[in-house]
Amino acid sequence: MESTGVAVAFWLLSALTVGGALLVLLSRNLLHALVFLVVAFLGTAGLFLTLSADFIAVAQILIYAGAIAVLIVFAIMLTPLASRDNANSLYAVPGILLGLAVAALVAFAALDGGWPELAGEALAERGFSSTVAAIGELLLGRYVLAFEVASVLLLFALVGAIVLVREEPPAGDGEGREP
Amino acid sequence: MSFDLAPTLGHYLVVSGLVFGLGSAVALSKRNAIAVLMGVELMLNGVNLALIAFSRFGAAFADDAAALSGHAFVVFVLTVAAAEAAVALALAVLVYRRRETVDLDRISSMRW
Repeated sequence: MESTGVAVAFWLLSALTVGGALLVLLSRNLLHALVFLVVAFLGTAGLFLTLSADFIAVAQILIYAGAIAVLIVFAIMLTPLASRDNANSLYAVPGILLGLAVAALVAFAALDGGWPELAGEALAERGFSSTVAAIGELLLGRYVLAFEVASVLLLFALVGAIVLVREEPPAGDGEGREP
Repeated sequence: MSFDLAPTLGHYLVVSGLVFGLGSAVALSKRNAIAVLMGVELMLNGVNLALIAFSRFGAAFADDAAALSGHAFVVFVLTVAAAEAAVALALAVLVYRRRETVDLDRISSMRW
């Protein structure tokens, strides 16, 4: 972290991320909230880049800002009669208080933790030049079992989602069971 | 500013905690089921940021491959997030088809 550019990028991107997350909470329209959610995702991807996590940053943009955002748009469009306002529920006040308490607790632990942390020279030495090859070796080496389980999980989730939203065929039509 | 402007592990963890806390506030306080799912995705994002920050700054790793385990964990979190989003949105569409609402204050019974 020798350059001031990284510091400037960190402060701008964290402002973008936290501001996007805050506007998801505050915006009155569900589609506007989704746009701010995508802003927060892109800010997080930029923060990953300042941490020299190039592969994760690209995956974040592809999966979160791309796939999941499109899925949420589809879900909003497929529920046309539901309300579009991003209204709070009956438990809004305790929910927001609990969220703020969690954020304060994590911030306190982060600043007071005394983590074994790299700085200066050692930090510059750690800087990963390219993470893709090393992540690939880890995923197909040390974590190959988790990798295979994740692939089965994805398959089951996609099949399950299709089965859940499948239209029921009309009774006695084409099944051959009804006389 | 009295403190050093160069980001350290603590800075990244504070941002991660803020994103996680705001995500949990969204997930707990919104009425629309799809908005609740958006809050859950924000929480997962905060966790990912903490994992990557520890992977970059942590001094307890033996070598670079051990440090990159944090990146492998984030890959799995991304996978689980995508699966969870697909199933949760399918459930929201299914509930909407039966009840014509995704308002969680009105979908409070376990069965109907």
